[in-house]
Amino acid sequence: MVITEPQTTHQTAKSLGLLPEEFDKICQILGRIPNFTELSIFSVMWSEHCSYKNSITYLKKLPRSGERLLVGAGEENAGLVDIGDGLACAFKIESHNHPSALEPFQGAATGVGGIHRDIFTMGARPIAALNSLRFGNLDTAHARRLVRGVVAGIGHYGNCFGVPTVGGETYFNDCYNQNILVNAMSAGIVKVGETVSAVADGPGNPVLIVGSATGKDGIHGATFASSDLNEDSIKDLPAVQVGDPFQEKLLLEATLEAIKTGAIVGMQDMGAAGITCSTSEMSAKSGTGMRIDLSKVPARQPNMKPFELLLSESQERMLIVCKKGEQAKLFAIFDKWDLECAEIGVVTDTGRLEFFHLGEKVADVPAEPLVLGGGAPVYQREFTPPAYLKQIEAFRQGKIRQMPNVLAEAKKLWQTPNIASKKWIYEQYDSMVRTGTMTSCEPSDAALVRVHGTKKALALTVDCNAAYVHADPKKGAMIAVAEAARNIVCSGGEPVAITNCLNFGNPYNPEVYWQFVQALEGMGEACRILKTPVTGGNVSFYNHSVLKDKTEPVFPTPTIGMLGLLEDYEAKMTADFKKEGDFIYIIGETKNDLSGSEYLRTVRGVQYSPAPHFLMEEELITHDMIRRVIKQKTIQSAHDISEGGLFVALMESAMYRNLGFQVMPYGNGIREDACLFGESQSRVIVSVSPSKVEAFETALKSGKCHFFRRLGQVTSGKCSIGYEDYGHIADWKKTYDNLLAEKMSN
Amino acid sequence: MNFGVIVFPGSNCDDDMIHVLGSVMKQKVVKIWHKDAVLPPNLDCVVLPGGFSFGDYLRCGAIARLSPIMQSVIEFAQKGGYVFGICNGFQILCEAGLLPGALLRNENQLFICKNIYLKPKTLNSPLTASLKLDQVLKVPIAHAEGRYYADTKTLSQLISNQQVIFTYCDEEGRATAQANPNGAMFNIAGICNEKRNVFGMMPHPERCSEAVLGNTDGKWIFESLIKNAVMAC
Repeated sequence: MVITEPQTTHQTAKSLGLLPEEFDKICQILGRIPNFTELSIFSVMWSEHCSYKNSITYLKKLPRSGERLLVGAGEENAGLVDIGDGLACAFKIESHNHPSALEPFQGAATGVGGIHRDIFTMGARPIAALNSLRFGNLDTAHARRLVRGVVAGIGHYGNCFGVPTVGGETYFNDCYNQNILVNAMSAGIVKVGETVSAVADGPGNPVLIVGSATGKDGIHGATFASSDLNEDSIKDLPAVQVGDPFQEKLLLEATLEAIKTGAIVGMQDMGAAGITCSTSEMSAKSGTGMRIDLSKVPARQPNMKPFELLLSESQERMLIVCKKGEQAKLFAIFDKWDLECAEIGVVTDTGRLEFFHLGEKVADVPAEPLVLGGGAPVYQREFTPPAYLKQIEAFRQGKIRQMPNVLAEAKKLWQTPNIASKKWIYEQYDSMVRTGTMTSCEPSDAALVRVHGTKKALALTVDCNAAYVHADPKKGAMIAVAEAARNIVCSGGEPVAITNCLNFGNPYNPEVYWQFVQALEGMGEACRILKTPVTGGNVSFYNHSVLKDKTEPVFPTPTIGMLGLLEDYEAKMTADFKKEGDFIYIIGETKNDLSGSEYLRTVRGVQYSPAPHFLMEEELITHDMIRRVIKQKTIQSAHDISEGGLFVALMESAMYRNLGFQVMPYGNGIREDACLFGESQSRVIVSVSPSKVEAFETALKSGKCHFFRRLGQVTSGKCSIGYEDYGHIADWKKTYDNLLAEKMSN
Repeated sequence: MNFGVIVFPGSNCDDDMIHVLGSVMKQKVVKIWHKDAVLPPNLDCVVLPGGFSFGDYLRCGAIARLSPIMQSVIEFAQKGGYVFGICNGFQILCEAGLLPGALLRNENQLFICKNIYLKPKTLNSPLTASLKLDQVLKVPIAHAEGRYYADTKTLSQLISNQQVIFTYCDEEGRATAQANPNGAMFNIAGICNEKRNVFGMMPHPERCSEAVLGNTDGKWIFESLIKNAVMAC
């Protein structure tokens, strides 16, 4: 065999992001020293991004099975859940943090493109997108530039691609000043039995590449995503890919049409690590190999080197294994859609990936050792509880003086970007294309998307209060799962399954690794109890700010993307108060607890306090009570209490129809600020029309019920809490709607 | 009525339009591929749906107007057939010269998707004939280039010929500057040609024609078209 490249060393390995022992292991696997191309292949496949080497041990401990799951976690490009009527939902969330921190527009755009590709690779048509964003301090020009770029990028890609962005969350915190988080989620629908797997079955079958030509963009993107972001990272700009949503739209329509021909054996999109990743994962899954001629890959520029063709992360490309002799059927469809398609190789029975270029063999590696679950390394890192926990333990609520004027405090809280409307952001996304979005005109706690041709609707939400996770990773992660489920229950849906996006700092930092291990433990426990198995997702390490003398990890942010289901969309519940005179109730008990609250952190400047009160037993009871009263049709609205506490939840329910409220929430020895702004969990605000009050109360009293209480009534617009006049809802709404736009115009 | 919905590469409201015309309005509707040279026979109305034809590269609608099917659409319109463009379809009709004026980048330079209010400016068009002049409809917009612009001469012709069919207004029907989402001249949301058989509008009535979506105001427009176009034939 002819391999002409120079010999590689530990030093070459290090420059590609591999450890010395990993280099030794590669030499052992090959029985020789790898050439540069081969070493590049291992470096990307063994990067954290592709191999999950530092996380897989703990990911495997999450509950990953359930009767609705059609594929296991990590088995395919996305999770696949049976939703009945012969249909399945493919859904997944993924991060694009580092590219977005450097080039926010393209970084976010290609994040959206990548996650949609994961869905339609499986044969599912994406019908909804969500995103979860974290930015730094909005009072800095840098943060505003990133917000502007990320939002425009998400809009640019999603709007053109034609899939509605139906939900999301955005938080601002100084810990994300240098390292923002951009997590994108997609959900699609496919007929059961018509899905496509990422396999390379059948030696002799031809291998095709379709879509964009391969360029030099994104080379070593996977390695880049798995290393520290620092001041030199700007030099890595070529590692950020450029997206073309129009090309992806063509690819979507063409591949869904191509699947119908029956000529496709297997298919995988090209994301991280490009041709390398798709060829090795497909081959390893089928126990086959591939012989690929890289000179046949349509290239965007001449003279691309073999390793560049192999590692390029050019977007909007698919690798297809086709039934031998049936290529013409596929070529005809791709030609119709003006997409370039080339036959670049063949499936073999050798178990090896053999890459040729201009007649020479440039790499020859076994497929199995490259992939997760095969020979890729698996590590468990050391962990130790972080030092800052002492400051959290030292918190005493009694030492926080209660301010005399609660109304003035409420106004301050109202002026914070985490509480304010995210209208400025979401109005830049097409949220209604495909005529499925049920929550554009009638708000719910989860986004509701009807499934065309059925009476079903998907209920979708992304949730993670990272401040809670920072304060207590285990409890915080449990709350993230519980809140997602609560949102779905409040929308009238049943929680079904989750996908997760685990954003953490450097796994080699024992304190970060402790956060990771604890958070996964909490997530696993919550998912087991709520019967929402984990269908897959993504791990993003190395999220931190680089300071002069140290690195400061971002808050641990294990974002939960939850899928819920409504068998009948008529059974949905909305979050807005409907009518003057309706009674307002709270379900779930308010505790004398300010811990972890937005109020404490932003208005009072207390950075270290525990996560708020949360008990899974109480959470389950709240869900049961909400389910019962939705089913009995005795409530007009249901809205979960989260950031900003009872006060913000009341305002949010009231503002939609310009209604007000008159409530008497105080008592039970709970301090007024904790009553209004505390974030103790498992609480929901509901409204009940006077004629239904008796049935409502009877229903709650008849079952297992820990707490509910009447707070007051909906008014025509005036707001009052206790004996204090809070003015007219229109004034609050004005501030709420415009705050973000005003801040962004600075 | 027999509808044909043109599918350009990058169209993404084609399925929505077919769903509403077919399943909701119970009309006959076929998909037409942009590379076809001729329209199917017996069409009453050709619809150019929303989306990003050809990625909206170069200029919205500028490439789509060169698609093979467009010559047939132009001839169809010249013979008096109904042609209805929504959002990107409106932009294509302007680029193709079937409607006057142009759609510029929104005043705030951003893509905007939200519910807006509009009302008919004239009842002298099949799209509006069954509406009332003070009837305010809530219909969503979703575009970055929706700011209607025309030179002074064209604009005064549009107005004197009653070719402005929809204007943006507030919930009470006042066509104020605040109710104008994109900076369009005279709050123009939709127009028709002189012969009143070619229509374009930026808002998306197909996105609000079913109770499940929480808004059925768009249905008024389709009902009007179906009722009054049939009578015209």
